[in-house]
Amino acid sequence: MPAFSCAFPGYRRDLLVIVFVVFVGIGLHVEASAPAYPSHGTEGSHLTNITNTKKTFPVLAVNYQHVRKPFEIALWILLALLMKLGFHLIPRLSGVVPESCLLIVVGLLVGGLIKVIGEEPPVLDSQLFFLCLLPPIILDAGYFLPIRPFTENVGTILVFAVIGTLWNAFFMGGLLYALCQIESVGLSGVDLLACLLFGSIVSAVDPVAVLAVFEEIHINELVHILVFGESLLNDAVTVVLYNLFDEFSKVGTVTILDVFLGVVCFFVVSLGGILVGAIYGFLAAFTSRFTSHTRVIEPLFVFLYSYMAYLSSEMFHLSGIMALIACGVVMRPYVEANISHKSYTTTKYFLKMWSSVSETLIFIFLGVSTVAGPHAWNWTFVITTVILCLVSRVLGVIGLTFIINKFRIVKLTKKDQFIVAYGGLRGAIAFSLGYLLSNSHKMRNLFLTAIITVIFFTVFVQGMTIRPLVELLAVKKKKESKPSINEEIHTEFLDHLLTGVEGVCGHYGHYHWKEKLNRFNKTYVKRWLIAGENFKEPELIAFYRKMELKQAIMMVESGQLPSALPSTVSMQNIQPRVIPRVSKKQEEEIRRILRSNLQNNKQKMRSRSYSRHTLFDADEEDNVSEVRLRKTKMEMERRVSVMERRMSHYLTVPANRESPRPGVRRVRFESDNQVFSADSVPTVHFEQPSPPSTPDAVSLEEEVPKRPSLKADIEGPRGNASDNHQEELDYQRLARCLSDPGPNKDKEEDNPFMSC
Amino acid sequence: MGASQSARTEHEFQDLADRTGFSLEQIGNLNKRFRQLSKNEETLSRQDLASISALDNNPLRAQIINAFFDKRNLRQNEAGTVQVIGFEEFLMVMSHFRPAAMHITEEEREKLRREKLRFLFNMHDTDSDGTITLEEYRRAVEELLSKAGTIGQETAKAIADAAMLEVASTTRGKMEPDEFYEGITFENFLQILKTFDIETRMHVRFLNMDTATMRCGK
Repeated sequence: MPAFSCAFPGYRRDLLVIVFVVFVGIGLHVEASAPAYPSHGTEGSHLTNITNTKKTFPVLAVNYQHVRKPFEIALWILLALLMKLGFHLIPRLSGVVPESCLLIVVGLLVGGLIKVIGEEPPVLDSQLFFLCLLPPIILDAGYFLPIRPFTENVGTILVFAVIGTLWNAFFMGGLLYALCQIESVGLSGVDLLACLLFGSIVSAVDPVAVLAVFEEIHINELVHILVFGESLLNDAVTVVLYNLFDEFSKVGTVTILDVFLGVVCFFVVSLGGILVGAIYGFLAAFTSRFTSHTRVIEPLFVFLYSYMAYLSSEMFHLSGIMALIACGVVMRPYVEANISHKSYTTTKYFLKMWSSVSETLIFIFLGVSTVAGPHAWNWTFVITTVILCLVSRVLGVIGLTFIINKFRIVKLTKKDQFIVAYGGLRGAIAFSLGYLLSNSHKMRNLFLTAIITVIFFTVFVQGMTIRPLVELLAVKKKKESKPSINEEIHTEFLDHLLTGVEGVCGHYGHYHWKEKLNRFNKTYVKRWLIAGENFKEPELIAFYRKMELKQAIMMVESGQLPSALPSTVSMQNIQPRVIPRVSKKQEEEIRRILRSNLQNNKQKMRSRSYSRHTLFDADEEDNVSEVRLRKTKMEMERRVSVMERRMSHYLTVPANRESPRPGVRRVRFESDNQVFSADSVPTVHFEQPSPPSTPDAVSLEEEVPKRPSLKADIEGPRGNASDNHQEELDYQRLARCLSDPGPNKDKEEDNPFMSC
Repeated sequence: MGASQSARTEHEFQDLADRTGFSLEQIGNLNKRFRQLSKNEETLSRQDLASISALDNNPLRAQIINAFFDKRNLRQNEAGTVQVIGFEEFLMVMSHFRPAAMHITEEEREKLRREKLRFLFNMHDTDSDGTITLEEYRRAVEELLSKAGTIGQETAKAIADAAMLEVASTTRGKMEPDEFYEGITFENFLQILKTFDIETRMHVRFLNMDTATMRCGK
């Protein structure tokens, strides 16, 4: 539609398309939800003659009921994703307003739309929320939880989660009850337990909202893990308080025994949840040990075991969130050591995808439910709730930090405290818990309204202003640094050093216990849970291999070694030179030969081609699969650096022979087949060079053994023996080509390996 | 004698506290530990440290012990090692592991970083020539992975090489093919570990309370 595309530029056009689709979708849904008879054909078939007369065969028929449920679900998800897409097309908007706010607004609009049409907008069903929408987000968070900062701050996190939430709940509940006692408010019917129940629902920091907002502000690791960890761990407290007050408000009275049981319940819920999660985590790790032959289903094990952990703990009224976190944390190191690289990538992307969809849906449904839900508005109550939320949070954080800082080495500064307090957002969990309240609570609607108002306030006001505030206060941001092998080495180095110094000092400190756990892990646990010989591999080596693999893959994709800076430093710059080096020109020639070999292979890849090597035999492409070539290319590139080093060792050129004529080079090379090097050297055979034709070269590539560490399943450096063999083959090939006094010297100048 | 001795030690401790930055209680505890390790002698030798059982499984055992006797860590600007150290030297080495105070200025923080990184640098630079050469770095990584069996030994070299390459790339950028990168100088070391928050990581908890009951045995 050319006119359409001219009239509206770029993103606006896309937006209009999206809105159009939305309208059509909703319209279709609404229309078609009227019961449709299967014989409602577009071709003329008379509805009046039903029973005995033969109807004309309905060529086209609409049967919406048949597909209704999946259709609606798919439509909603599609809507959510299109919205998400739309936001990122408007750069200015997505920079100012966090995505969660925009999604709620969209939800409001859609809800309003549905109401205008006359339909009943769907409310966020609590069961749907807790069983389908929440688990992916939590699993994503738990599986990728940064363990080191988490364990270093676990004490602080627990204090905030448990004591902070308790303080919030009681402070708010108590003060609201006091408020309700005031005659003028008109809420004298609300008793203490109902208020405390309300307090416990509203007091919990919500992980979904925190994730959504903090994701975009890139704050420093410490504050991020504090708020985020708190939002995850306070689930146990929330579950216990909610169930407790729910039970009590039905009964009406509380005894000391009940309170005591409540405390016991808390420990059971949290520890039980963690235990269930850990069990499933170990099961998953153990299963992954045997999946080497069925790699395709590996990611499914991760998802299903975690989901089972969640459902099992929900079944026993334990904390599902803690189970999910525990499962993810426990299984991750073992599963990652066992599964293939592709499975790991799949797991990562599926988790991110599902959690993204869930989050989007949750916020949209929040908006829709706001329009839908029954409301009872009471100005005083609602406003007081919002204010009390803020006040209790700030007081709680300040008070607790004061106590915590006495025990911390790295103290929390005022800025950190502010962000922790301000980042305590409420979200959909509070809403769902409120929705779960049975209708016997007479204040249910009022509570729901207040909860929604609090959520809106925290997400909109706090969510939108936190970014400029972070900038204003110049809070430390997350370090955007690539993983550096030096840092990794020193991290491990420091661990051992500090353990040692603690030993010298003579007390069982943090590092001592960590060391003990590591040793236990290595000797007993890893043996059972990790396939093959991998369990002996220390972290540093795993890290190094991952980096190598990543570099190799990037090399294949972009055709060159990745480097942050334009750096021409290579291995030979660091290698100590034991032999007087070759003259510069000769080195350049050798390097050129090696690189041109690589470029030959590069031709077959979709990378930039060098003008010298545009001619290439089409036959070869049939013979060799691209995969093998890719592997060869990777290995050859790797060999380049090694070969350059070895070259400087092998070619002991006396200083006076300076002239680099090609013929002379070759002769010199032949005569110098006595190789001198400190390392163990592959022997070189100079066979009678038959004019090597292209199939030969190809077949030589086929001989190249696959380097184990570059394969998806890393098997340890048994590759050393094959490394040498590999180098030997390369060396032979190079030697053969160089020593071949080919018929056309000039041609070889340009293209030394054309005939190889 | 008891009173005057304790008065003398009090005065000494105060002096030490001022110079090293520990609190009096911490110095008291460390003194107890020192006495315990040195078997009530005035000085500590390598043998005494080597007999600590907690260090047995530590891959960096030898380097840690050497660090205590390294003159460079004892604020003496010369190379070499001493044979025995007194309590003051013990404290000086330990002071490298004190955490940063809560409110310190930027330059104090920078100074602290330099001090701690200098300690690490000295541990790597075994021949005290001011640079960490490839051989020294290789040896350091090999020691680190020494408890990992044969797998560790083979890849240790590759890891050290990759690390060195990284340092050279970051600090020197472009190098001609025939240039040679001598080794990591202290300035380079600072540069590559710029984002490494060593001032918060490199600390040991020197408890104020009596840790005698918590000692992890000899």
